[in-house]
Amino acid sequence: MTEGERILLSHGSGGRLYRDLVKDVFVTAFANPVLERLDDAAALTPQGRIAFTTDSHVVQPLTFPGGDIGRLSVAGTVNDLATAAARPLALAAAFIIAEGFPLADLRELCASAAATAREAGVPIVTGDTKVVERGAADGLFITTTGVGEIVVAHELGSAAVRDGDAVILSGSIGDHAVAIVAARGEFKFSADVRSDCAPLWCLVEAAVDAVRAAGGSASPDGAEALRFLRDPTRGGLTTVLAELAEESGLGIEVEEEAIPVSPAVRSVCDLLGYDPLTLANEGKMVLVVAPEAADAVVAAIQKTQYGREARRIGFVTAAHPGRVALRTPFGTRRVLDMPVGELLPRIC
Amino acid sequence: MTQADELRRLAADLRAEARPDLTFMEVCGTHTMSIARYGLRELLPEGMRLVSGPGCPVCVTAMADLDRVVALARLPEVTLATFGDLIRVPASRTTLAAARAAGADVRVVYSARDAVQIAADEPDRQVVFAGIGFETTAPTIAASLLEARARGLANFSVLSMHKTMPLPLKALLELGETPISGFLLPGHVSVITGTACYEFLARDYGVAGVVAGFEPHDVLRALLRLVRQTRPAIEIEYGRAVRPEGNVVAQRLMEQVFAPGDADWRGLGVIPGSGLALRPEYADADAAERFPVDLEPPLEPAGCRCGEVLRGVTDPADCALFGARCTPEDPVGACMVSSEGACAARYRYRGIDD
Repeated sequence: MTEGERILLSHGSGGRLYRDLVKDVFVTAFANPVLERLDDAAALTPQGRIAFTTDSHVVQPLTFPGGDIGRLSVAGTVNDLATAAARPLALAAAFIIAEGFPLADLRELCASAAATAREAGVPIVTGDTKVVERGAADGLFITTTGVGEIVVAHELGSAAVRDGDAVILSGSIGDHAVAIVAARGEFKFSADVRSDCAPLWCLVEAAVDAVRAAGGSASPDGAEALRFLRDPTRGGLTTVLAELAEESGLGIEVEEEAIPVSPAVRSVCDLLGYDPLTLANEGKMVLVVAPEAADAVVAAIQKTQYGREARRIGFVTAAHPGRVALRTPFGTRRVLDMPVGELLPRIC
Repeated sequence: MTQADELRRLAADLRAEARPDLTFMEVCGTHTMSIARYGLRELLPEGMRLVSGPGCPVCVTAMADLDRVVALARLPEVTLATFGDLIRVPASRTTLAAARAAGADVRVVYSARDAVQIAADEPDRQVVFAGIGFETTAPTIAASLLEARARGLANFSVLSMHKTMPLPLKALLELGETPISGFLLPGHVSVITGTACYEFLARDYGVAGVVAGFEPHDVLRALLRLVRQTRPAIEIEYGRAVRPEGNVVAQRLMEQVFAPGDADWRGLGVIPGSGLALRPEYADADAAERFPVDLEPPLEPAGCRCGEVLRGVTDPADCALFGARCTPEDPVGACMVSSEGACAARYRYRGIDD
C-alpha cells in the first residue's frame, strides 16, 4: 500500500485486503509476539486476581493538542485498570473505520496508540477491524479492552473509604475538555491548553508502593491505607466526588483553592460558562487514602511524570453523609452537585 | 489585603451603616449568579434583603414565545439556531431538547454570527435564530442580520423576542408588590444603554439605583453606595466598563434594525414598548412573518411560581416545588433551567447545611 491511499469497504471484507491491512498497519504498529500469531484469541497467563475493563472512544477531532484518539484509547483503558490497582497485562483494540479514511492517518494514530502502550508497559495482543460505509461512522472509533493484574490483596472502592480519609488529586483539572473544545474551533478562540491524556499506571503504582512503605497496617499486604481510586473523566472531579459520597454514605469536604486549575482553563471557563470541576480529564486520578499515609502518597505521586502537581484537596467526613461540600475562599461551604445535561459531546 | 478580607470589611461597613428593613433588587442574571456563588447573602446585615428581579433573559421569555420557538424548530425546512440556555427550558408541552431528539434540526451556537455562517454553509436550509436577551445581546443580533443581508443570505431570519430593561422596572414599581428600596442595576446592559434610561427611577419613584459589576466586591460596594445615598440617585459603581452615555455605536446598530415593540414577560405579562421588533425594512428577515404557525394556547406548569420569583415577590426557596419536584436535572420552571435563573443559582450554590 502506498501513501495517499484510503480505506475501502473491501478492507473490511475479511479477504486478502483485510489480511494486508492487519499485517501492514496494526501488526507493524503494535508489534509483539502474541499479536503476530494472528490467532482469533490471545492466550494470557495472569498472576492472581485480574481486573477487566472496556472503553469506546469517539473523540472529535481525532487529533488534538496533547493527544489523539490512539493515545486516548490506550490511556483510557490503562487508567480504568489502574483504578482497580491493576498493572495492565494486555489490551485488545477494535477499530471501526469509515470508508475513505486516509491510510496515512490510520498509521499515524496506530503509531501513537503503540507509543502510549509502550509507555504504559502493556502489549496490544489482539484486535478487530470493521469498515463501514462513508457516513455510517465519523472517521474512526476505537474500542479498547484491557486485562490487568491487581497488585493489592484488599478490595478498593467506596466501601473501603473511612471517616477522616484524605482525598488527593493528581494534578490540574479541565485541560482535556478545554483542549478538545478549542481544537474543534466552534468558538473561534485559541487557547494554549493541551490535553492531559496520559497512562497513569506508574502514578498508581507509586501510590501503592508509598502506602506499603508507610506501613501502619498489620496485614501481610500492607496496602489497606489505599482506599479508592477513580479517574475523573466525563463529569469531572465533581462527579467522582458526588458518586463517592453517594456510594459510601459518607460526606466529602474539599477546598476550592486547593484544586489546581490552569489560568488558561480558568479563562476559557469564564468565557463559556463552564465549571472546571465538571470538565473531563484523561490523565488525572483521584485517590482516597488513610490520613496517616496521605503525605507519603502525595510525595510519591509528585515524583512521577504525570503527578507533579498532586495535592491533598480535602477529606472524608461523617458529617453531611452522601453530600460533597466545597469550601470557598470566603469561608462559606456549598454543595457540589453532579452536572446536568449536555455539556460537551464526543469528548473522549 | 486579600479578596476575602476586602469582602469582610465591606460587609462590616454595610452592617454599621445600613438602616433595617432594606430590600434591594438585582435585575441581571450574572448578578444573581455572583451573589449565590459567593454566598453574599450570608454577609448582609440582618434585615437587609436581596431579591432577584426579571434579569435572566431565558426566564423572562413567555411560554407563548417558547412554544413558537419549538413550533419553528419542528418545521422540516428550518434549522433553529439558539443559545444553549434555551434548549432545556420547558415550553407548554415539550422542550427544544425533546424536539431535537424527535428529529428537529436544533443547533446550539455561541453567537448569532455562527448562525449566519450556518446559513452560508447550508443554503438549502432556512436558518432561524432564536433571538432572546436584553440590550446586551440585541446589538450583536442586529449586526448578524446586517451581515446576512450584506452576504445576500436570504435563508437567515431572526425570531425577535428581545426585551429592554427599563420598562419592567417601572412595571414592578407600579405593581408595588415588593417594597424596593433600590436597584442593583445591570452591568452588561448598562455598558450599552448608559444610565439616562434609569433616571426616572429616582426622579419619578424616589428609588435609587447603582450600576454594579460582577465581582463579589462590586456587588457589596454597590450595596454600600445604595445604603449611603441621602437622596435617591442613579450612580455607577462599575466605572471600569460603564459610561453614562453608554455605547453609542451599539445603540445606533440596535436602532437601525429594531424598533420598540410589545413584549410578553413571564410574570409581568405584555408590557407595551418593552421589546425590540424588527423594523419594517427588515420584515423579510422576521421569522415570525416568514413562518406563520398556529399555536395552541400556552400552558403554565402547575404549582410553578417562576412568575412571582421574577417579580421578587416569592423567594425561590419558598416555592413548594423548589429542590423537590423542581431541580436542575428535572426542572419544572424556566428559573431552574437557565444557569442565570434565580432558582438554579440558589439551588446550585446552596449551603451544605440548607
